[in-house]
Amino acid sequence: MADGILVKDLNAWFGDHHVLHDIGIAMAPKAVTALIGPSGCGKSTFIRCLNRMHEVVPGARVTGGVRVEGQDVYAPGVDPVQIRRKIGMVFQKPNPFPTMSVFDNVVVGLRLGGMRERAVLHEAAERALRQAALWDEVKDALGKSGVSLSGGQQQRLCIARALAVEPEVLLMDEPCSALDPIATAKIEELILELRSTLTIVIVTHNMQQAARVSEATGFFLLGELVEFGVTRQLFTNPRDKRTEDYITGRFG
Amino acid sequence: MTPAARRGINIVMSGVAALAAALVVLPLLVIFGFLLWQGASAVNVDFFLHLPKPVGEAGGGMANAIVGTLILVVLAAALGLPLGIFGGLYLAESRDRRLPWLARFVADVLNGVPSIVIGIFAYTVIVLPMKRFSALAGGFALAVIMLPIVVRTSEEMVRLVPSSMREAALALGIPEWKVLLRVVLPTARAGIITGVMVAIARVAGETAPLLFTAFGNRFWHQGLDQPIAALPLQIFAYAIAPYDDWHRQAWAGALTLIGLVFVVSLAARVVTSGRFTGVR
Ligand SMILES: Nc1ncnc2c1ncn2[C@@H]1O[C@H](COP(=O)(O)OP(=O)(O)OP(=O)(O)O)[C@@H](O)[C@H]1O
Ligand SMILES: [Mg+2]
Repeated sequence: MADGILVKDLNAWFGDHHVLHDIGIAMAPKAVTALIGPSGCGKSTFIRCLNRMHEVVPGARVTGGVRVEGQDVYAPGVDPVQIRRKIGMVFQKPNPFPTMSVFDNVVVGLRLGGMRERAVLHEAAERALRQAALWDEVKDALGKSGVSLSGGQQQRLCIARALAVEPEVLLMDEPCSALDPIATAKIEELILELRSTLTIVIVTHNMQQAARVSEATGFFLLGELVEFGVTRQLFTNPRDKRTEDYITGRFG
Repeated sequence: MTPAARRGINIVMSGVAALAAALVVLPLLVIFGFLLWQGASAVNVDFFLHLPKPVGEAGGGMANAIVGTLILVVLAAALGLPLGIFGGLYLAESRDRRLPWLARFVADVLNGVPSIVIGIFAYTVIVLPMKRFSALAGGFALAVIMLPIVVRTSEEMVRLVPSSMREAALALGIPEWKVLLRVVLPTARAGIITGVMVAIARVAGETAPLLFTAFGNRFWHQGLDQPIAALPLQIFAYAIAPYDDWHRQAWAGALTLIGLVFVVSLAARVVTSGRFTGVR
C-alpha cells in the first residue's frame, strides 16, 4: 500500500550526535498514530524528519527513506517547500506570528503561496477556524493580534493555520503540553474529527491522551523505536519489557 | 537583616538610582534650554521661509539649509537603508562563517572611523571624478556613516526574532526568502526602525563630512549634482562669523536641527506603535 507514512532505516544526527537509529515504521493513512517516550528520546526529531524540518537546524543530517502518501520525501530533486505544504505541523509551544492579525495568521500560508482573492482567503479562514473549533470565539475579533489570544486559543489558531493550506498529513508535537484540561479536550475532539480526512501523527507525554485519540502507538527510547502496534494492545499487553516499564511508570 | 534595615537600604538605593537618572537627563535639558534661550529670538517665519540675506543686511533665514538637510538625509537614507537593512538580514541569517565575520568587523571599524575621514573618502571617489561638490557626494558620505549603525542594529533585531517564528513559517511550506522578507523582517521591524532613527539623527547633525562634499550653498537647491546647503554647515559658517545677527541665527539653526531630529523620532514612534509589533 502506497498511502500513509512509510519510514525505512531512518537515521538522524545533530552534528556528531546520532539521535535516531534505524527507525522503521508504517503508519496507516487517515488514522491517528501516537508517539510516546521519555524526554530526549528523539520523538520531535523523528517527526521533523517526516516533513524535512530536521535539515533546517544547522549541522543536522538525515539518511534513510521516508514515503508520505506515496511520495518519496527525500528523493533527489524533491523540493522541501512542496513537501512541507503537504505535511502540516503544529509545534509544542503555540507560535502565532506576532505582527499578524488572527485572520492574517490563518491565511498566511495561502497568501504567501500566491493566493490573492479575498473571497477565497475568507472562505479558507472560516473553514480552518471552524475545523480548529476556534471560529465562534474569534469570529468578531479576526482583526485582533494573534498573540492577544489565550494560550489555548493560540494553539488552536496554529492548528487552523496549518489546516488552511489543506495538508494531507498533520504532525503534532505535544500540542497540548501548554494547555489546560478544557483546551486539551477541545483539541482531542478536533483530532478525532480530523482523522477522517487526514493522516495524523501526534507526539505526547500523556498516555491517557495517546489511548484516547490514537489507533496505533509507537514507543521511542534513546533514539530507537522499541515497539509499535495497536494502541490498546501496546498499553494493555506490551510485547517489550521496556515498554511495560515505561507505561507502568517504573522507568528511571 | 531586619525589615527596617532592608527598607532603609531600599530607600537609599532608590534615591541613588533616581539621582543617576537625573544626572543623565540634565545635560540634555541644559543644552535644550540654552538653545531656546539663545536661539528663540531669531526663530520667526522668515527664518523658515527665506534665503540668507547678503552680509551686512539684517533678517533673512535658513530655509535653503533646512531643505538641503532634508534632501541630504533622504539621499543618505535612500542609499544607506536598503543596503544596511538587507546587509543586517544577511549577517543574521547566513550560515557561512567567514564572510559575515569579515563584514561585521568592517562595519564595526567603519563605525569608529572619524566622520571627516569618510568625508575625504567621499571627496576622493565622488567629488574629484565629478569635478564639483554636490548633494550626491554629501548624501553618499552620510550614507557611509549610517551604514554600520543600520547594519548592526538590523542584525541584532533580526537575531532577536525567535527561531520558532522561522520554523512555523517554513513548516507551512513558505519558501525561505519569503519567510525572511514577509515574516522575519516584519517581526523585527520596530527594532530596526529604532536603529534607523538613531542613524538618521546621527547623520542629520554631521558637519565635517559635508565640508568638502555638499560644500554649502547660499541659494535654493539647484540639482543633485550641485553644491547644496545644509543646516550644520550653515550653523558652522554663521557661528564663526563676526556678526551678532548671524550668531543668533546659528543658535536658531541649532534649535531647528534638534527640532527636526525630535520630530522624526517622534513620528517613527507613532508609526511603529500603530499595528501589532514584534520584537522591540
Ligand atoms: N537543535 C538541536 N541541536 C542539537 N541537538 C538537539 C537539537 N534538538 C534536539 N537535540 C538532541 O536530540 C535528542 C533528541 O531530541 P528531541 O527533541 O527529538 O527529543 P524529544 O523526544 O522530542 O524530547 P521531549 O519529549 O523533551 O520533547 C536530544 O538528545 C537532544 O539533546
Ligand atoms: Mg520534543
